[in-house]
Amino acid sequence: MIFELPLLILLLTTAAGALVVKDLVSAVFILGSYSFALSLVWALVGAVDVAFVEAVVGAGLGTVFFLLALFRTGEKDTRIHRVPVPRIALLGLPMLALLMLYGAGDLPVFNDPQAPAASHVSPVYLENSLEETKTPNVVTAILMDYRALDTLVETIVIFTAGIACALLLRGRGK
Amino acid sequence: MLELLQDWLQRPNFIVFVILFLWGFYIMMVHPNLVKKLIGLYILQTSVIFFLVAFSAKQGATVPVIETDSLPVDALRYANPLPHVLTVTAIVVQVATLGVSLALVSAAYRSFGSLDENELLEEVERAA
Repeated sequence: MIFELPLLILLLTTAAGALVVKDLVSAVFILGSYSFALSLVWALVGAVDVAFVEAVVGAGLGTVFFLLALFRTGEKDTRIHRVPVPRIALLGLPMLALLMLYGAGDLPVFNDPQAPAASHVSPVYLENSLEETKTPNVVTAILMDYRALDTLVETIVIFTAGIACALLLRGRGK
Repeated sequence: MLELLQDWLQRPNFIVFVILFLWGFYIMMVHPNLVKKLIGLYILQTSVIFFLVAFSAKQGATVPVIETDSLPVDALRYANPLPHVLTVTAIVVQVATLGVSLALVSAAYRSFGSLDENELLEEVERAA
């Protein structure tokens, strides 16, 4: 709990940097540091697998993708004049914010062991997965044993994304 | 009113989620530069994942890796693994879609020579 608040502030600061900075290359690097701050927060709440994936795939691969795209295109943020903010953004976003903050009271308390999310299905997995799958890591057990078919379909999604990238970037060298 | 304020102070994670979600959404709507829009999209997506993972935390619980020397398993000692599984999948799919959209952006730049949304629209109209 001591580390949580400074990490959340770090998260907000890096996100603000990535969104505000004019130069796109620096914005992308700040976005990478945002990903690392995020993976620190997740490691703190006990989601180590998610933290690893975010650090490797989000901060590493995502930053590489952004940089590859930027080095092939114009690097500077070319906005010269301020654009008028659309009225739907001015009206809609504060209303959305109010709705979300109004609903905050009905959420279960975070970190509560008796919260609904922690008290119905997940104890079954926690209690039985070692016996049924012989895998100490419950996340791996669910991902690779109970939900292996979903993981297979996920690899199909990634394969499709790879094909789409290859088709879009075809003939670049000419 | 005071009660609502107390609700927010008890959930700093939720406040951070709301700020990141709306800020990313706002940049996606307003900013004319396509790469900046994608940065906003990335922050929006990670904020939702952050919100899901925040539900998995339990007071006094550790990472969901079972210690084999303390059986039978007490579920209260380990964090909820289900949001972790969902979000591991979501992060990978998110970066895959990010790659496709960046490829689209660079293809648009190759054809029309701009990353600015308004200039792109003008170019498309001129070409049509």
